[in-house]
Amino acid sequence: MIVILVVLTAGIILGFLMRNHERMIRTADRIMNGTIYLLLFLLGLSVGANETIISNIHTIGVRALVLTVGAIVGSVIVSYIVSRLFFRDM
Amino acid sequence: MKNSLIILMFFVIGIVSGLFVPIPRSNLETNLSLYVLYVLMFLVGVTIGSDTAAWKMIKSVRGKIFLVPLSIIIGTLTGVGLVSIGIHGMSLKESLAVGAGFGYYSLSSILITEISGETLGIIALLSNIFREIITLVASPLFAAYCHKLAPIASGGATSMDTTLPIIVKTIGKNYAIISIVSGTILTILVPFIVTFILKA
Repeated sequence: MIVILVVLTAGIILGFLMRNHERMIRTADRIMNGTIYLLLFLLGLSVGANETIISNIHTIGVRALVLTVGAIVGSVIVSYIVSRLFFRDM
Repeated sequence: MKNSLIILMFFVIGIVSGLFVPIPRSNLETNLSLYVLYVLMFLVGVTIGSDTAAWKMIKSVRGKIFLVPLSIIIGTLTGVGLVSIGIHGMSLKESLAVGAGFGYYSLSSILITEISGETLGIIALLSNIFREIITLVASPLFAAYCHKLAPIASGGATSMDTTLPIIVKTIGKNYAIISIVSGTILTILVPFIVTFILKA
């Protein structure tokens, strides 16, 4: 999966070099959005066709929510420490 | 990029089609979407690299603002790591990858689906959508009962766009720059951190 990081980094470098070619950047942005739509449609398609996922959607939803609560509580606590130490003046 | 409703509409149409249109499983398990993912990651890179406004802003901010996204990364990963102990059947690595979406559900769920399969992908999609929804709904509570940076922390990568209006409304315009900088940095880091966690 190192390929993903290589491709991503190559994109960043090329994007930076091409940053003044507005039309090409806009085209890239549009293709990117289309690709996201396509891949999410495909994800939906395979989820809809996957009986294991559909019949376990409650468990999956609860797991997702528990992770979200962990993520939010954790980041609120650590950012509190940062705000007390470094942003007292705000 | 995160125009939520259109994105969700495509996903829901996909689900409905999958439910009612019989598709042989083998047709869904090709490598096609892996190559599409490479194209997507390349384009994500191009948009990041060419975003001069974002780079200028990141360069212009004072050093301590970087502590905000850093604290959100550390807090999120610690938080999901801790709750994952109570979730049977999910490894620490999987939980961390879901958390590392920081609310950027479209990209993180696509990446995670390709690397770890659709079950984890759907957990990532839901969990990161929940992060955005909870931030939209609970920001006033976070600001009142926790601290001023709490809505920004809760918003994660979304604090630069979808949750920015509610954040500014609840904690004030003074925090808009911090919110945008933090969200931008997290958005840029999502594909790197997710891939790193799942492949480390």
